[in-house]
Formats: sequence, C-alpha cells, structure tokens
Amino acid sequence: MKKMVNVALPKGRLGEKVYAYFKSAGFECPSIEETNRKLIFENPQKGVRYFWVKPSDVAIYVERGTADIGVAGKDILLEYQPDVYELLDMEMGKCRMAVAAKKDFRDPKGRTLRVATKFPNIAETFYNEKGRDIDIIKLNGSIEIAPILGLSDVIVDIVETGTTLRENDLEVYDTIVPISARLIANKSGYKFKNAEILNIRQGLENEVRSRK
Amino acid sequence: MINEAIIKSDEKAIFELRELYRQYGYSQFKMSRFEEYDLYVKNKDFLVSDEVITFTDKNGRLMALKPDVTLSIIKNTTDSPGKLQKVYYNENVYRVSKGTHSFKEIMQAGLECIGDLNDYEIAEVVLLAVKSLALVSRNYVLDISHMGLVAAMLEDSGLSYEGKGMAHTFLHQKNSHELRAVCTAENLPEDKTEKLCALIDCCGSASQVLSKISPLLSSQKEKEAFEQFRTLCDIIERSGFANSVIVDFSVGNDMKYYSGVVFKGYLEGLPTSILSGGQYDKLLRKMKRQSGAIGFALYLDMLEQMEDSSNEYDVDTVLLYTKDADPITITSAVDRLANSAHSVRVCTQIPSQLRYRRLLKLTDGRIETLEENG
Repeated sequence: MKKMVNVALPKGRLGEKVYAYFKSAGFECPSIEETNRKLIFENPQKGVRYFWVKPSDVAIYVERGTADIGVAGKDILLEYQPDVYELLDMEMGKCRMAVAAKKDFRDPKGRTLRVATKFPNIAETFYNEKGRDIDIIKLNGSIEIAPILGLSDVIVDIVETGTTLRENDLEVYDTIVPISARLIANKSGYKFKNAEILNIRQGLENEVRSRK
Repeated sequence: MINEAIIKSDEKAIFELRELYRQYGYSQFKMSRFEEYDLYVKNKDFLVSDEVITFTDKNGRLMALKPDVTLSIIKNTTDSPGKLQKVYYNENVYRVSKGTHSFKEIMQAGLECIGDLNDYEIAEVVLLAVKSLALVSRNYVLDISHMGLVAAMLEDSGLSYEGKGMAHTFLHQKNSHELRAVCTAENLPEDKTEKLCALIDCCGSASQVLSKISPLLSSQKEKEAFEQFRTLCDIIERSGFANSVIVDFSVGNDMKYYSGVVFKGYLEGLPTSILSGGQYDKLLRKMKRQSGAIGFALYLDMLEQMEDSSNEYDVDTVLLYTKDADPITITSAVDRLANSAHSVRVCTQIPSQLRYRRLLKLTDGRIETLEENG
C-alpha cells in the first residue's frame, strides 16, 4: 500500500501558489479546489494528504511530525530554528529580511541601538555578529510605526516591494538575508517515507526549474 | 505472575536493554542525581542544553541536578593503557525542553565504552545501538556518519572558517541550495562544490554511498577516515542489520568533541531521534585524558508517545452496590470477578469520566448486568 505523505501548506495566497506547484508536479487533490471550509484534503491514489495551517505554524507541524513535509518561509525557519531538513528553495514568495529606519537616520554609535521587530532571534544574531549592543523591542505587527513614534531607532522586518516603507518615510538601511519559501521535511518522516518524499521533492524541483 | 498489559513500554524496554548490555559484558553504573556544577561549566558545549538546575549543598558547594550522564561517567573512570571500561546506565536527567522552555525530567538508558578503542569496540557499540532500537520497535533506522571524514572533506574544500561553519549547518539540514550558495560566494571551483554537495546527495545503504564517495577523496586525512568508516560499514553489512542502517552525512554533532563515527536512531511514529551517540575522543583530550570513548543514549520517555491509548478502558468492570449491602457479600463478589487479567472497580455510583467495559450491580447477593460495552 502506498504510504500517505502529510503535507502542511501555508494558508493564504502563497499556499495556493505552492499547491499549484504540487498539482502540476502530479500530486493533485481535486477536493482542495472546491470552495468550502474544510482544512484537510486527501488523494489516496497520489499518496498525499494536504492541510492548511497558519504560515508561521507550518514548521511546528513538520518538526512535530504531524506533517511529513511542508512549505515555510525562510524567515520562520531562521527565527524558530526548527529541527527539520530544508530540501528545496521553492523560489517563490521572494522578499528580504532588512533593517529599515527613517530617511534621515544615522546610527547612534555611542549608545545602545533600539530595534523593533517581530523576529528577535534574527535581529539578535545579525547584531551579535557585528558586535553591536542592541535593545530588542518585540512587536507583533505594524512594526513600521515604531521608529516614526520614536519607540525604536530601527526596525528589522520583511521587505517585499518597499511600498509600505516609502509611504511611511522609511528606507532600507541594511539587508540581512534574502527570504523565500522552502520545502521542509520532518527528520523521522524522511527516513520512513523516503522514496515518497524524494519523489515529491523531485517533482517540485522540476516545477521550480521549468518556471525560471 | 505480572500481567504484561500493565507494564509500560519504557519499563519493559529498561529490563530488555539491561539484559542486552549485560550479555555483551557491560556492567551497570549507578550514580547520584547530583554532580558539582563545575563539571558542566567546563564542558558547557558538550551538553544538549546549557541550562542546569543548581542548588547550594550543605557545605556551600554549588551542585547541579544532572543534565547529562556521560560527563559523570568519564569523570569516574581512569586512563589505563590497553584496558577498556564498559558500562551501561539507566538514569534520569534534567534539561530544558525546547518547546515549553521549562525543565523536564528525561529518562535515559545508554552505554559508554572508554579506553583503548579499536575497530571491534566501535562496531560493537554501533551494533548495540541498532539492537537497542530493534528491542523497542519493529520499524527503526540508524543513521550513521563519520565526523572525521566530514571534517576532512570540509578542510579540503578550501572554505574559510566561517564558510565551513555555514557548510556544516547546511549539511545538517540537507540544504544543498544554500550550501551551493556558500561555495559560490567563496568562489570554490566546481569540483570542490560538487564534492561537498555529494555529502548531502549521497545517502542510503553503506555499499552504495561508499562507492560514490570513494572516488571523490584526495587528501590523506580523508582517505584515513574513509578507511576507518569502511571497516565499520563492512562489519555492519555482515551483521544482518544492514537494511536498518543508513549512511547519512547530515547526522552530526559538535566537531569540538566528536571525532569518529556518529549516529542517530529513529523509530517510525516518533518525530525526532530517540537515540543519539558517537565517538567523542576529543572530549577526553579536553579533559586531559588519553583514552578514546564511544557511547550512546536512548531517550526512553519518548516511547510513551507511541503507546496507543485511543480505545482503552480504565477498568473492565464497574460493580455497583447499595449502601446497605453486606461488606462480606461485596468482598466475595469482587474476589470472584477480579483476577490478573480482569479489573473491577467497586463503588456506589458510576465515577464520572471512567471508561468501563461492563457495568454490574450487586443486589441482594446477586449480580446483574446493566451495560456491556464490547
């Protein structure tokens, strides 16, 4: 009997794009395209079971083995450092993790830099490597407002087009790392469903290449 | 006579593992729950987590609840040229759980072989790791790698110190796209890049992987490590466990401590590795010791995650009695119903949330059935 591979997809626009890759790679699941509120879909003939989860939770489902594979943003992988395999760069959802500040910003070298971010680990690692003393202000949203209101000197956040920054008179000051969606796998699932997972990985890699 | 159904999987595993290690001449090492904190401060990186529960002893010494067993065993052994110490243990350790950020008690079983190691001892320990997995589950895999070989290949690549560190991380993640990016950023020639990527791409049975890796090796260090690894793989191949052992270079551990073979064991149904081990000669050098050492630990508390409790009854029979019933009659009724394979809960009312197979009632010395649940 075919082993079912459990796939955690990120809910939202990116997830739909990701599913399109799975579909054209031959792992379609017609019920997923019906309009309903179901969260779990399977196609036993193709050996896949998909479920939609919050994008930032994909890595948790995969690390804990509920999902054998999943697609998560590199930002989440860098921030939470889940113990998973990173099998493929899906080359979609491309953006970058950047330091941004007000247009007239000059780094106040003589004092601790106040950094507002949703990604404290990424920010800490970046500034630790530079040996810069920082004070991290963990926010959960609307990060751009922090330097405008004087809550922080800079922000560390995801920048896609830069429109939000421009509209708020902010600009990118430093790029930390490029971000894109990655195919990740549970370490144990990878051992026991190896052929199935490698088959999916290969199909997705072909899709990524063909769209370049 | 003990009813096997009440023995939990971790308790059963402990007895079976003890017997296995005893058969191979390992003796039990029993230790105190506490150790001087100093031991862990000096070897912080060796610990899985550097957070330790500490307290001050009556005489003012700073003590710790053991976060690790290996360091204590090494501390209690001495170098004796030509000799070997083989010990096994079954102890609780205290570590911070990654998910909850709180301390957890973890039940470990494992063994250490310390002294003048040769190829046989190394293979014996790796095979005991496989046999340990076979005792606790039918579907298991032991991934093995060789830190000496991986380190030599990284050294030969010509990557910078930082580049090697990143390459090592990406190797653990099987992340070939970013490993390639590091090589490109450091202008590595194509053949060197492919050689490093082969460490990710080559994964499978020992014979397949070794034949692919062998032609890529050039330096003396690489060849020496490869030969040592091949000897081990040959022994495994002949042991009858070859199908359950996978060569996978993404298995790794801290290069500061581990020098030779490293391995991790997985069971189907468990999301993370249940067994972890390797040859850690470098730790002993750091502790100014001459011996070699290899060992592994099994995290037995993980076994409870595999127990199926979906359709369990708390008790086979609930026997209801009325308050005016004669205690002697109740006692004799219970004695008739209860035996080693059958459990009875006697009460006047059905306890809430109790799952039972059948419900009986004792009225005027007679037992009547009120409910049967299969």
